[in-house]
Amino acid sequence: MSYQQARWAEPLIFELSKPGRVGWTLPEKPRERINVPKELLREKLELPELSEPEVVRHYTRLSQMNYSVDSGFYPLGSCTMKYNPKVCEELAALEAASYIHPHQAEETVQGALELIYRLERCLAEIAGVARVSLQPSAGAHGEFVAMLVTRAYHKSKRDDKRNQVIVPDSAHGTNPASAAMAGYEVVTVPSNARGRVDLNALKATVSERTAALMLTNPNTLGLFEDQIINIAGVVHDAGGLLFYDGANLNGILGKTRPGDMGFDIVHFNLHKTFATPHGGGGPGAGPVGVQMKLEKFLPVPLVEYDKKRSRYYLDYDRPHSIGKIKGFYGNFGVLVKAYAYLLLMGGEGLNEVTEAAVLNANYIMRKLLGVEGYELKFDASGPCKHEVVFSAEPLKRMTGIGAHFVAKRLLDFGTHAPTYYFPPIVPEALMIEPTESESKEELDRFVDALRTIFEEARSDPDKVCSAPTATAIGRLDEVKASRQPILSWRAYRELAKE
Amino acid sequence: MKKLGLIVNPIAGMGGRVGLKGTDGADTVAKALELGAEPVSPARAVETLRGLKRVGVELQLITYPVEMGEAEASEAGLEARVIGHITSGKTTAEDTKRAAREMLEQGVDLILIAGGDGTMSDVIEAIGTQVPTLGIPTGVKMHSATFANTPQTAGEVAARFLSEGLPLREAEVMDINEEAYRENRLVAKLKGYAWVPYEPVMMQATKEGSTGYELADQKAIARWVVELMERGHIYALGPGTTTRAVAEELGIYDSTLLGVDLIENYKLLARDTNEQQILEVIGKKPMTITVSPIGRQGFILGRGNQQLSPVIIKRVGKGNVWVLATPHKLRATPTLKVDTDDAELDREFRGYIRVITGYRQTCMVKVV
Repeated sequence: MSYQQARWAEPLIFELSKPGRVGWTLPEKPRERINVPKELLREKLELPELSEPEVVRHYTRLSQMNYSVDSGFYPLGSCTMKYNPKVCEELAALEAASYIHPHQAEETVQGALELIYRLERCLAEIAGVARVSLQPSAGAHGEFVAMLVTRAYHKSKRDDKRNQVIVPDSAHGTNPASAAMAGYEVVTVPSNARGRVDLNALKATVSERTAALMLTNPNTLGLFEDQIINIAGVVHDAGGLLFYDGANLNGILGKTRPGDMGFDIVHFNLHKTFATPHGGGGPGAGPVGVQMKLEKFLPVPLVEYDKKRSRYYLDYDRPHSIGKIKGFYGNFGVLVKAYAYLLLMGGEGLNEVTEAAVLNANYIMRKLLGVEGYELKFDASGPCKHEVVFSAEPLKRMTGIGAHFVAKRLLDFGTHAPTYYFPPIVPEALMIEPTESESKEELDRFVDALRTIFEEARSDPDKVCSAPTATAIGRLDEVKASRQPILSWRAYRELAKE
Repeated sequence: MKKLGLIVNPIAGMGGRVGLKGTDGADTVAKALELGAEPVSPARAVETLRGLKRVGVELQLITYPVEMGEAEASEAGLEARVIGHITSGKTTAEDTKRAAREMLEQGVDLILIAGGDGTMSDVIEAIGTQVPTLGIPTGVKMHSATFANTPQTAGEVAARFLSEGLPLREAEVMDINEEAYRENRLVAKLKGYAWVPYEPVMMQATKEGSTGYELADQKAIARWVVELMERGHIYALGPGTTTRAVAEELGIYDSTLLGVDLIENYKLLARDTNEQQILEVIGKKPMTITVSPIGRQGFILGRGNQQLSPVIIKRVGKGNVWVLATPHKLRATPTLKVDTDDAELDREFRGYIRVITGYRQTCMVKVV
C-alpha cells in the first residue's frame, strides 16, 4: 500500500485575508456596555477578513496535513496513543458536561460532582490506593504533586534531612525534572543487564537522605520490574516513599496494582491509559492517588458525599493539604471522557485491554526479532509488557543509517514513528507501543515497513536518508526550528521586515 | 573561503598489526618495518578526504609534502596547496610539529591530523589550543578524546564545522607510555587539551537531563559544587576541565589544568601542588578531593593525578572524594576505575560511587 499525505500550498490565514470580506456580522451596537480596561482597548484589531467557507476550507486543509491516531498507526512508545472512542467525545460534549461553569453553586452541579466522586473510586480501585486527587492537569503535573505530597509527608514527621529522590536511568525525563522542581536532588541508579533496577546499586544509594524512589512499572523498556517487592522493601526500610509513574499502566490493568506492589503514591495519565486524547500540550489529566497515611496531604478540594443530606460537596477543610494546585477542579472534560471509557469497558474490558496491548507488543517483538538490522539490548528471554524497545544499532553498523533515519522513513509508510533515542540506555532506540487498538494486519504492515527500510538502507541508502517524501512537510531544519521559532503572525511579520 | 590544514603522520598505526602497541620513536619504526608492517595512516586519511569531498564544502586545503598529506589529497582528488619540506620516507615527530606551526601561521580554521595519541601530543606541544584540531583515527593507541570515531566521521565533522560551524570543546590529549604498555602496564598521562569541534550525539542527551553541551553541563556541575563548599574546609581540585569549571565558578581563572590546586574559603590557597604540599595542609583542616574521570578509560584516581597519593586519599576518606563528570563523559566511560598503587585502597573504592553529573544531580556509577 503506498501512502501519500495531503499536501496543500496553504498560505497563512492572514495572507488569505481580503479587506471587507466577512464571515460573521457583529451587531451594530453592543447590547450592553462593558467597561474594557484602557490598556486592553485597541484602535485596530488586525484580524484576518475571510468568508465562512474560506475559513472552513483553510482549516480543513491544514487538518489534512496533520497526522493523528484517527488517520493511522501511532506506536509512540510510553505515550499509549490508543484510539479515543467517539462515544466518549459525544458524552463530554453534552450540554450537561460542557455548559456548566466552575463558579456554579454546588447544588446545581451535583451530577458533575458525582462523576468526579465515582471516577475517583474507580481509579483508587484500579491502582490499589485509598484516595485520588483528579486535579493535576497533565502527567508531569501529577508527578510534581506527588513530590509535594512526599515533601509534606516527611515534613510532618519532622524529618527534614530527606532531600534526595532516586530515579532509575531508564526513567522518563519528567521524573528527575519533577523532583528537581520540588527542590530535591536527583540521584540516578543504573539498570542491570536484565534491564531492571540494579538492586545492589539501589541498596548503595538509599540512606537517611532518601525521600522517594520514582519508578515506572512496567519500565520504559517494556519490562516488568520483577524485583519490585524487594525494591519496595529497600526503599521503605530506608524510610523513603515509592512513587509509581503511571505512564505504563496500560501494561498491567486488572492484572496487578501499584498499591499491591508496595507503592505509596501513584499517578495516572488519563490521556494515555483511559483513552482521552493527547494533544497539542493538553488538555490532559494526571490524577494522583495515595495510600491512607498520605491522604491528608492531597490537594484541595476533594469531592465528598454527605449521606445525611444526600448530596456531594467540595471539601476544602483539609488543614494538612498541600493546597491548591490547579484552578477550579481539574480538566473536567477530560475526566468525563475517562469516566465514559471506564463505564464502556467495565472491569473485564480493562483486563482485556491489557491482554490485547501486551499481546500486540509481543507479536511485534517476536516478528521483528526475525528481521535483520534490529535487536533487543536487554532481556529477550521472556515476554515484554505493552511496549518493546528495539535497537537499530546493527543497521547502523552495517549501513551507517541509524534510528533517526528509520523513524523518518517510516512516515512514508503512513505510520507515525515510534519514540526514538529513548530510553537513553538503549543505543539507537526504537520504542514501540502498538496499544490494544490495532489489528494484526496493521502490526504486520508495520513490521514489513521496518523490514523494507532495512533492505532500502542497504540497496538505496539515499532513499532512506532523504525521507520523508510522502508527507505534507519533508525534512525540517530542526536546529533552526528550535533556535528561531516563529510562533505568531506578529513574529513572522517582524522577521519579514528585517 | 575556509582554510583546512591536513597533517598525515604516515607511520602512525604501523606498529599495531605487528603487535608493537605503538609506533613512537625511530627504533620502533625500524622494527615495525622489519616485521613487515605496511603503512595504514595514508589510506585512512584518504577515506576522510573522500568523505569531505562528497559533502562538497568550499575550502582551501593546505598540507605538507608527499606522504604527509600531498599524496593523500591527490588520491582523494582534492586540490591542495603544499607548504614546507620533508625528507620523504624519513619523517619524524619534528616534521609534525613544524607542520602544525606553519599551518598556524597560514591562518587555517581547522587542522585535520591523521595519527594516534603520539601525533596528537606532538601537535599540541607545538601549537597548543591556538587552532581547532580534529583527529583522524589512524594510530595504534587512541586514548585521547580528540579523535572522530571513524575516518569517515572525521570528514563529516570537519565539513560541518567548516560549513555550518559547530561548538568547540576542550578534549583531553592522552599519551600512554609505550614502553610500559608493551609490558602490559597502562601508564597514561594527560598531556594537555586540544580544541575540537563538538558534535553532540543526536537527540539522546536532552532526555537524560544533559543539555548536550559539555560546557553548559560543566557549569551546572560547578554551580552545585560551589554551593556545597563550606568555609574552613580545603578543597583539592584535581586535573581536568570539569574541575577547572569549579575554579572558574569561584572566579579563579589561573587554576592549573593538569595539576592539583587547593581552594579554601572560595579562594586559591595553592597552585599546582605536589604530594608533600598537600600533606602539609591536610592535618590542619578537613579536606575534600574533587576529581573527574580522565581520558576514555574512566580512571578517577591514580592516572593523571598521582599527586593525590594513597596516603592522602586514605586520610581524606572515600566519603570526601567527590567525582564530577558530565553525562556525555559518563556515557563514554560507563564504569570507573581506580588505580592508586595501593590494592587495599583500590578495593575500598570498588562498588558504587556517587558521581555529580549536574546541578543537584548525581548518578550511581560502578567502580570496577
